[in-house]
Amino acid sequence: MAIISFRSDEIHCKIVYYGPGRGGKTTNLITIHKALGHQVRGELLSIDTAGDRTLFFDFLPMDLGSIGKFRIKISLYTVPGQVRYNDTRKLVLKGVDGIVFVADSLEARKGNNVESLGNLRENLQDQGKSLSDLPLVLQYNKRDLAGSKVALLPVEEMEADLNSNGHYPSFPASALKGDGVRETFKKICMMTVVDVSARLLKDRGMSLTG
Amino acid sequence: MADLILTKQTLDRIDQVLQSLLTASGAHTVLLIDKAGQLISFQGTMDQEKVASLAALTAANYGATTAIARLFGEEEFTLLFHKGKEENIHFSNVGEEYLMITVFNNNTHLGLVRLEVRKGLEHIEAMFAENLRQWFNT
Ligand SMILES: Nc1nc2c(ncn2[C@@H]2O[C@H](COP(=O)(O)OP(=O)(O)OP(=O)(O)O)[C@@H](O)[C@H]2O)c(=O)[nH]1
Ligand SMILES: [Mg+2]
Repeated sequence: MAIISFRSDEIHCKIVYYGPGRGGKTTNLITIHKALGHQVRGELLSIDTAGDRTLFFDFLPMDLGSIGKFRIKISLYTVPGQVRYNDTRKLVLKGVDGIVFVADSLEARKGNNVESLGNLRENLQDQGKSLSDLPLVLQYNKRDLAGSKVALLPVEEMEADLNSNGHYPSFPASALKGDGVRETFKKICMMTVVDVSARLLKDRGMSLTG
Repeated sequence: MADLILTKQTLDRIDQVLQSLLTASGAHTVLLIDKAGQLISFQGTMDQEKVASLAALTAANYGATTAIARLFGEEEFTLLFHKGKEENIHFSNVGEEYLMITVFNNNTHLGLVRLEVRKGLEHIEAMFAENLRQWFNT
């Protein structure tokens, strides 16, 4: 759920990186954190990690500066992708305003991607939300492994699996190398801010810029 | 969970309530957050940089503790309190969707903090109810 303050003219939104275990959610946040200047980002908080497995969540607060009259503040979270941590995923998903689904391009993870997207759909339903009315961006991660020994899913096949009606924006990416991370992040921020401000400001006869 | 729209008047009044809670209880920091981990208001001496982390962690911690309570057929554990050598933290529900976090050291004690928190909560709950009414009427 978003918060809007008419005292400081701030809008706070919550964006969650979702997806199968080891898909690269935490790596996305680390890359974003590294790429941003000090005035924008807060501290990156990773709680409870075992090796590179998230057991609870990662958290990165940031200040995107002003759009029109309003200052935009975003909290980024990752969920733990491993199947057995569903209770934790539900907790982190609470009050979400926008979602990045980080899919793993490894051929071996085809099933995990589909399963995780189904799990997201179910967990949203528990909150009375649906994927179709939330901003969602898909990211096809680990494209840097193309041409290496490991077999990758073609982007078209991932689209067919996860985005069959082409409803959602999607980006190939390498969270590790940094490619596509910024594009994904920018897109979800734009979509979320537009969605939230339409919801919160329209009733008041206001828009972001006026 | 619903979006939260805060007018200047509401925020000013929340700050007043939190400020008087600090004065009356001897606590040094108090936060009002939503259960998604977003900060609504904060008063006190805590390092500004750490406030966002505290809000995110507390909401998750509260959610986890509530999930544990349900495993035992409890709706929730009403008293949440962490005690350290120097610093203590007290958590309370504010209505269904918000949490109040009070941080205090050994200059005061839990009994007084709980009492003052309860008073503060009544004010804030009334205010949220009124804020909603106003919002729907405009
Ligand atoms: N080659 C390559 N490896 C990546 C990429 N992104 C992440 N990885 C690696 O994949 C592993 C898992 O990445 P994480 O970011 O920890 O994955 P996660 O989605 O947070 O996993 P969980 O916390 O278990 O849900 C790590 O060893 C990363 O270095 C990428 O774009 N390319
Ligand atoms: Mg992780």
